[in-house]
Amino acid sequence: MATVYIETIGGKLSTQENKNAALARKLVLIVFGMFGFGFAMVPLYDLVCDVTGINRAGASDSGGRVALEDVIHGGVDKSRLITVEFDITLNADLPWAVKPEVKRIQVHPGKAYEVMFTAENKTDEDVITQAVPGITPWQATEHFSKVECFCFTQQKLKPREVKQMPLRFVIANALPEKYKTVTLSYTFMDTDRSKVIKRGSLASEG
Amino acid sequence: MSTEVAHDDHHHGPPKGIGRWLFSTNHKDIGTMYLIFALVMLFLGGASAMMLRAELLYPGVQILDPDLYNNLLTNHALIMVFGMVMPAAAGMANWMIPLMIGAPDMALPRLNNLSFWLLPFAGTMLIISMIAPYIFGDTPVNTGWTLYPPLSVQAGIGMDFTIFTVHILGISSILASINIVTTIVNMRAPGMGYFNMPLFVWAWLLTGLLLIMVMPVLAGGVTMLLFDRHFGTAFFDAAGGGDPVLFQHLFWFFGHPEVYVLLLPSIGVLGLVVPTFSRKPLFAYKPLVYSMMLLTALGMVVWAHHQYTVGMSEAVTTYFMIGTILISIPVGYMLFSFIFTMWRGSMTFETPMLFAVAIVLMFSFAGVTGVMLAVVPADLQYHDTYFVVAHFHYALIPGAVFGLYAGVFYWLPKWTGHMYDEKLGKIFFWWTTISFNLTFFPQHFSGLAGMPRRIVDYSAIFMEFNFISSISAFAFGASHLLFLYIIIKTIKGGEKAGDMPWDGAQIGTPGLEWTVSSPPPFHTFEQPPAVIKQS
Repeated sequence: MATVYIETIGGKLSTQENKNAALARKLVLIVFGMFGFGFAMVPLYDLVCDVTGINRAGASDSGGRVALEDVIHGGVDKSRLITVEFDITLNADLPWAVKPEVKRIQVHPGKAYEVMFTAENKTDEDVITQAVPGITPWQATEHFSKVECFCFTQQKLKPREVKQMPLRFVIANALPEKYKTVTLSYTFMDTDRSKVIKRGSLASEG
Repeated sequence: MSTEVAHDDHHHGPPKGIGRWLFSTNHKDIGTMYLIFALVMLFLGGASAMMLRAELLYPGVQILDPDLYNNLLTNHALIMVFGMVMPAAAGMANWMIPLMIGAPDMALPRLNNLSFWLLPFAGTMLIISMIAPYIFGDTPVNTGWTLYPPLSVQAGIGMDFTIFTVHILGISSILASINIVTTIVNMRAPGMGYFNMPLFVWAWLLTGLLLIMVMPVLAGGVTMLLFDRHFGTAFFDAAGGGDPVLFQHLFWFFGHPEVYVLLLPSIGVLGLVVPTFSRKPLFAYKPLVYSMMLLTALGMVVWAHHQYTVGMSEAVTTYFMIGTILISIPVGYMLFSFIFTMWRGSMTFETPMLFAVAIVLMFSFAGVTGVMLAVVPADLQYHDTYFVVAHFHYALIPGAVFGLYAGVFYWLPKWTGHMYDEKLGKIFFWWTTISFNLTFFPQHFSGLAGMPRRIVDYSAIFMEFNFISSISAFAFGASHLLFLYIIIKTIKGGEKAGDMPWDGAQIGTPGLEWTVSSPPPFHTFEQPPAVIKQS
């Protein structure tokens, strides 16, 4: 067909080996570079999400503290009442009891409210937890600002201790009219990593 | 000229005994070992699939403990992806690329030995990961192959072995890729330019580069998992300031290109098989290569379409949706290129060609369901249902596995020096494709009806679909016993194959593998051949 093969005199083997080693070294560099890239993602991931706001749909960025004066502009909207519901989840059999003082509260946009949460450690050991907030519907997340929250820091309870934990929040005027009810849910996690609760057999749970 | 070096060590035959295999630096021997390893893993992964389907034959939990079910599910995927398809493709690369481009061996033969011999250790480690939980009274690895935290952080000791398995497999395939890329770039015979290379060589050049780019990211991700499990870090732990979704990004940054790693070598095989049996040069060879490059590049930037439901903003999901749909352009181009190669060719339908035609049909089908899944609002409905299972089995079994089968039948005469039994080959083709379709086609329906994937028990309303699926899956599994029989029969004997058993094999951009005898001598192309274009 279109090609013909002819035997020729042998190539220079040593230069060939040098060339191979040089290229292989470059490829190994790429490998290490990409391995590092994976780890660089840890800070970059948060940074990119923060700067561009592309993670807006997620609940995780509702965790930060905001100053009251940054949130309240345009005054209180007395004409609207929004129901805020509180929901508590304890992760992985956390031996705590957590309860909000009210299950739901009616609020005006633009006004700050305070709700106390009662936490009780039901064991004879110190337990440290972190509460992770989430807001439903997610579209309300950017309009729901926490001025003070027990979820900003880790909470430690001594054996059998009962503690009052405050939450102060404001819902911004900009919250679209169609949202009448906003649910704020907290998941409490045991942050003591030395005793991460191992999962029991599924079969025995089922 | 070559008489001067006739007494050279390399002119001896293969060394005797086990040392030939343990210390081999010969690309043909290493290629053979890769292929045998892949065959063993095919039956191991297949056996676990058979057990899963036996459990799913009827609703309710009959034969497998739910944890064991999840463990087998995880291992089925890991074995098939890392143990079967990738080593089989690497085995073919080892065997054929030096022969095609006229190189005496791989560029880094000792590294080649290492990258193969890591695999049996990884396989052993994977088996230990299954057994260890029972010895230590722990839960089995039940996360699925995606290894998502927090479940993978909380899982028992088996997970550590699984993580090490992924590490070793990753190192093995990175080393193999470095070797293959170096071989292709540096070792081509004088006169063989990049655009004279057989399509299979092009496909592996891009596959190798992809693996070099993405495999280390997975290695980093599972290393972080290991740290989270044992060293108190919180990369993926929300309670410690980490984010479990980060793992999903790291995993799929690897995982989506991995699909093309599995697919491209088979596309390369099709690029040889279709012209051979159509007796026409490959239609639009250069644009086909460009579309493979485009596929490789696009494949690296669309990973998050696996994660539409984790809560990304509309702008981001829209980007990933558009990117994913764009991929249908290069893939569609490849399929058209194969169809136009067949157009008005003098086609004959030997077993490799039967597979090639079937792949074009069935892989297009996976492409269509792929576009459906890429659309965000639709995907929210299909996510984690059997529709997804049906989609990716249609993509990977025709797209990767059948492509490799076509390669096996295409090159068996070259490897063994014997023709395979054409009649048995055709029976295998019809048996395996029909049972494959009967297994996975009904899963589209059960998925659309809402049956979730990765589940040991299911609602009785899905019973008929699952019953058909399971019975056909047993037939699909059994067909591979015939496959094994054909391979063994061909190795043991049969009609002698000529140097060029397929009369269309020299059409278009052929490799040099047809200029050596069948089977090739232990050492080939010790003097580089020159490729002289006569056009």
